[in-house]
Amino acid sequence: MQTDLIQEARRQAEVCNACRYCEGYCSVFPSLHAERAFSDGDITQLANLCHNCRGCHYACQYTAPHEFDLNLPKALAEVRRDSWESFAWPQPLARRFHTHGGAIALALVIGFALLFWAIRAIGSSGGEGFYAVLSHNAMVAIFAPAFLLPLFSLAISLRRYWTEVGGKPIQMSDLTAAFKRAGKMQDLAAGHGEGCNFEDEDRFSHARRHVHHAIMYGFLLCFASTSVATIMHYGFDHHAPYGFWSLPKLFGVLGGVLLTLGCCAMVLLKQKSDRNLGDVSAWGGDIGFILLLGFVALSGLVLYAFGWSAIMPVLLAVHLGSVLALFFLTPYTKMAHGFYRLAALVRDAQRKREASVVRQQPTSPA
Amino acid sequence: MATQKEAYDIAVIGGGNAALCAAMTAAEAGARVLILETAPKPYRGGNSRHTRNFRCMHGAPLGPLIEEYSEDEYLEDLLKVTGGKTDEHLARLAIRTSEECLPWMEEHGVRFQPSLSGTLSLARTNAFFMGGGKSLVNAYYRTAAGLGVDVLYEAAVTHLELNGDRIEWVDYTYAGRSHRITPKAVIVASGGFQADTDWLTRAWGEPAKNFLIRGTPYNRGVVLADLLDQGVESVGDPTQCHAVAIDGRAPKFDGGIVTRLDCVPFSIVVNKNAERFYDEGEDVWPKRYAIWGRLVAAQPSQVGYVIIDAKSLNLFMPSVFPPLKADTLEDLAGMMDLPADKLKATVAEFNEACGDTSGFHPTELDGVTTSGLTPPKTNWARPISEPPFYGYSLRTGVTFTYLGLKVDDTAQCSTPSGKIKNLWAAGETMAGSILGQGYLAGFGMTIGTVFGRIAGREAAAYAN
Repeated sequence: MQTDLIQEARRQAEVCNACRYCEGYCSVFPSLHAERAFSDGDITQLANLCHNCRGCHYACQYTAPHEFDLNLPKALAEVRRDSWESFAWPQPLARRFHTHGGAIALALVIGFALLFWAIRAIGSSGGEGFYAVLSHNAMVAIFAPAFLLPLFSLAISLRRYWTEVGGKPIQMSDLTAAFKRAGKMQDLAAGHGEGCNFEDEDRFSHARRHVHHAIMYGFLLCFASTSVATIMHYGFDHHAPYGFWSLPKLFGVLGGVLLTLGCCAMVLLKQKSDRNLGDVSAWGGDIGFILLLGFVALSGLVLYAFGWSAIMPVLLAVHLGSVLALFFLTPYTKMAHGFYRLAALVRDAQRKREASVVRQQPTSPA
Repeated sequence: MATQKEAYDIAVIGGGNAALCAAMTAAEAGARVLILETAPKPYRGGNSRHTRNFRCMHGAPLGPLIEEYSEDEYLEDLLKVTGGKTDEHLARLAIRTSEECLPWMEEHGVRFQPSLSGTLSLARTNAFFMGGGKSLVNAYYRTAAGLGVDVLYEAAVTHLELNGDRIEWVDYTYAGRSHRITPKAVIVASGGFQADTDWLTRAWGEPAKNFLIRGTPYNRGVVLADLLDQGVESVGDPTQCHAVAIDGRAPKFDGGIVTRLDCVPFSIVVNKNAERFYDEGEDVWPKRYAIWGRLVAAQPSQVGYVIIDAKSLNLFMPSVFPPLKADTLEDLAGMMDLPADKLKATVAEFNEACGDTSGFHPTELDGVTTSGLTPPKTNWARPISEPPFYGYSLRTGVTFTYLGLKVDDTAQCSTPSGKIKNLWAAGETMAGSILGQGYLAGFGMTIGTVFGRIAGREAAAYAN
């Protein structure tokens, strides 16, 4: 990892540790205040706990032009991105996409091309609906590895992360605590529950949290749609296409709408935010990624809407091509952040558990 | 000179907590209010930016505050620090009103949080702002804007024209030009004069040149001086300021909370001649914090040096700058420009005087004392013997000045011949009426909030 980024974040964390005014905002500060000195792993953990809500920045009496020049959301965002790049596997792909929206677009085009090629070269082996364009087996042959390989890659990355931050064996309660926090996106709500400072300087608002919810739950619904369909296909021999009042379609349509709207709104919100309070170099990659995610959702909806028409094969290729690109890029784009956040929250739950055990022990006479 | 086109009922001079409370209250009463803040926007809010809590009376648990804190106990706490230099009538007014202020603050956008780590002793008496004073200031500016209050940043008031019993006009500079406005009423909430080093030096003497200013560089006392020159009645000792001992490497201005050092009780403190000069273990640090500002101010070059050893490093809150660190006292002396032989002798003499340290307890007065040493160290006296050794420099950090405008219980100013009909004051600039000496944590914000609201109410009633 880049030592200059870590060193700058450490310098700032030391000022925060002597101040402590922001303790009530999010998970970062109680965790920060529990240390006297910060190892590289501590800084990496703090960086991944930070949700860039910016509450601390607007509340800080040491921001520029003060000579202490604190900008903790930015410093942590830079360490965070660097940590994702450093832990990514395989390394040649690690630093290509976070900072390059163009590379994401290129991957998307390659995804389209692969699908058009597959449809032309493999085609259908009979079947209804989409399977009349590309056979089920061909889809599985393409998407099973496209789904599993990124997961494998992420597993390697998270293992590296876990080692770096000194993670311990995970207990069920750590997971429950972490999923609860992530599910409510509590760290974007601030301690007072009024949201974060994003689109209008120091005004607290839930806009970003709600938009993020739309994206996260939209994505999870789409994922659920595919999972349910897979179970129906293999478990119950009930093959696509499914009617509207089926689980895959209900999940998929609702998820697609949420995801599309969420991604559009997130891009708009980001345009209004102060770029200098985040990782400036990742701006293009972040926007590129959100657009890709939104495109996956929108193209899925369009495919559903026009599945009856003559242009369906083209729509199918475009949608599946974007899905392929999204899957493939998961370990190397902002998509990875969800996994790291969760890992950081699990680690933080462990820290709190350890701290409460220490507190319960009788204090020894000095 | 340009004349402001817009007709304001009230001009509020200053942009911190008291000014904002006054402006919001007046605007809610229907007055058209202009805030003239001398600082640029990033530094708006005066010393309120650096505050963190509000001391609040309460008869039952209130917001983040636990148990109760009665008027009499609050007053007693105040009298302890001011040594009786307090106007009891105004003090009781501030204390009694503080209870209704807390919900009012929440209504106006302030959010509280549980007592910060390391400050549990204040959980009953002081309500902490989530994010600290700057977040309070931000919330108030937003609320004020919503109420139609106009704000000019970098608007430096140069003169209030006092004619008999009224202020006729206000002169200020803004964007390189001089302006004059004629509001019906004026509220002064522009703090003390501690950032004017020349004034501080005239008041305190030459050593003041070496003092650091813990808060805003914009409290230069321009309006205060202007009004005092015109015979407005003053209060508070003009030669005194509240000062504490802070990290000697702190910036000249605006170092704020992070520059405090909590290591003195576990140390020995020497001057630049490597001589000890005071009992470092006299009392728990929060109670001794303030006197060390004066002690250091009385030493040559107004600097002190704290020496601790490895066993004490983790007994106090982390410092913003890491301590100097050396394996031997000679090396540490070299790093601090202290005479090495003398430092070694001082430490040796101190170590000799230490006795049984088995009763050492870092958070209580443990009675672990030196014997036969002058000055003694009466608690936490453990030999400085375990390398590596650590050092900090200490300097005097000025928090605020006591000289201010004398007000009555409606926050109104006066001259010897009577009340000034349209002039009110709030916050640090009139706090000398209540805080004659010393300081009580979170009381500055209480005075600012209580008297800011009173001044806003009275000025609006006059203007309407």
